[in-house]
Amino acid sequence: MSRPEVLPAAYLRAGTSSFSEFVSQVAPEVLPFQHSGGSVGDLAPHGTTIVSATFPDGVVMAGDRRATMGNLIAQRDIQKVYASDEYSLIGIAGAAGLAVEMVRLFRVELEHYEKIEGAPLSLDGKANRLSALIRQNLPMAMQGLAVLPLFAGWDHAAEIGRIFSYDATGGRYEETAFHSVGSGSIFARGTLKKLYQPDLDLRGIATAIVQALFDAADDDAATGGPDLMRKIYPIVMVAGPDGVSELSEDLMTEITDDVIAGRRIRPDGPAAPLT
Amino acid sequence: MSSPFYVAPEQQMKDRADFARKGIARGRSVVVLQYADGICMVAENRSQTLHKISEIYDRIGFAAVGRYNEFENLRIAGIRHADMRGYAYDRADVTGRGLANAYAQLLGTIFSSGGEKPYEVELIVAELGVTADRDEIYRLTYDGSVADESNYAVMGGATEAIGAVVAEGYHDGIGLDDAVRLAVHALGSDGTEHRSLEVDSLEVALLDRTRITPRKFRRLGDRALAEILGHSS
Repeated sequence: MSRPEVLPAAYLRAGTSSFSEFVSQVAPEVLPFQHSGGSVGDLAPHGTTIVSATFPDGVVMAGDRRATMGNLIAQRDIQKVYASDEYSLIGIAGAAGLAVEMVRLFRVELEHYEKIEGAPLSLDGKANRLSALIRQNLPMAMQGLAVLPLFAGWDHAAEIGRIFSYDATGGRYEETAFHSVGSGSIFARGTLKKLYQPDLDLRGIATAIVQALFDAADDDAATGGPDLMRKIYPIVMVAGPDGVSELSEDLMTEITDDVIAGRRIRPDGPAAPLT
Repeated sequence: MSSPFYVAPEQQMKDRADFARKGIARGRSVVVLQYADGICMVAENRSQTLHKISEIYDRIGFAAVGRYNEFENLRIAGIRHADMRGYAYDRADVTGRGLANAYAQLLGTIFSSGGEKPYEVELIVAELGVTADRDEIYRLTYDGSVADESNYAVMGGATEAIGAVVAEGYHDGIGLDDAVRLAVHALGSDGTEHRSLEVDSLEVALLDRTRITPRKFRRLGDRALAEILGHSS
């Protein structure tokens, strides 16, 4: 049994005043964050449907506002779409706590690189970094706490909006035109297949996306529809050459009202032509 | 066996300070000053890519003079410190004072340890407050001492001459254009003869309170700078 005779160098180094930070550098094995086998997926709230679609001026991403925990609604107004930096967006489905934490880490990751190097990462570089973060989460994913983000942004080199999806092992897949992730994604994707046109303007593409989320909420119990009483609407963000912005609440109210008015006449949403 | 000559500690410290001061005085200077809507940092720098001024965090800027490799090292350490702190706690918990303290510790330790040569650098850590009276400008020297400057700070070679010009032209609530012109004029007044500095030998960045994004740091591009300086002639 060896006994340290002097203080290790790390003890003398100026730096953190946080004990947990210090311990994780010096002796991470004493921390309680070790996890054992078995699924713990039911312990944490899950986020549900994220939809993204490109249009000539960039790319739009939206998410419903519901987080569920088993058969309960954990939160009605959760935010699942974030700006990861000034030109890219990230939407999260899966274990909400881990996902929000991953978004936080990813934002610092991008900003840190930009500050140190004096230039931002390319869009592909950002997408690859996100891959690495998801891969690190694999042990948690195997216990039912998978985080499955959707990443989209404006590519300055190609001058187009691009969308990337991921699997739990960090696999990265570029999607053309539109994509959706989460429990309601099959229904949302079906809607976009029928409604998507590559030349829609911002309002048009936002309407298509709200229709898609509406259908997801219609058929998936875990996806929340627009809550008119509480004025909770989907969060829709857009990334383009001028940066990231969120669609205003007024515009979202208008679009949602239009969609709902249409559904009063035809509850299944607009009909696409047969041929 | 030969024993080393005895050198009095006072002499040793003085030699080290002289060494560091000489290195710093060789370089071009930096002026940091408050203006109505923020803090403006102006450096004489002939390189467009090797920056003397940099963003550290949302409201914190960094400026340095001296040896490039040394202050670049400190700049990166500062960004790491700030990002680590902001991630572990919250973005609001990253402060200029905390960063200035960390730099002071590091510089002080290196200066007084016999093994290493002292860093030949001087730094300014500027933090943008919510209002102008909460702005903070810290000047750190090679030996780890910190000065809390009010309104403006000058570092590098010929600081007295430059500082005198800034002091003469500075007034509370000075506008951005006037602040940049004053700083550029002051930087040119470092010798017996006044030099007129051109856009391509200047590096200017702002901590701009009017920016709506959380990150308040922005660089002034060549065109914006030329416009500001053009008005003065």
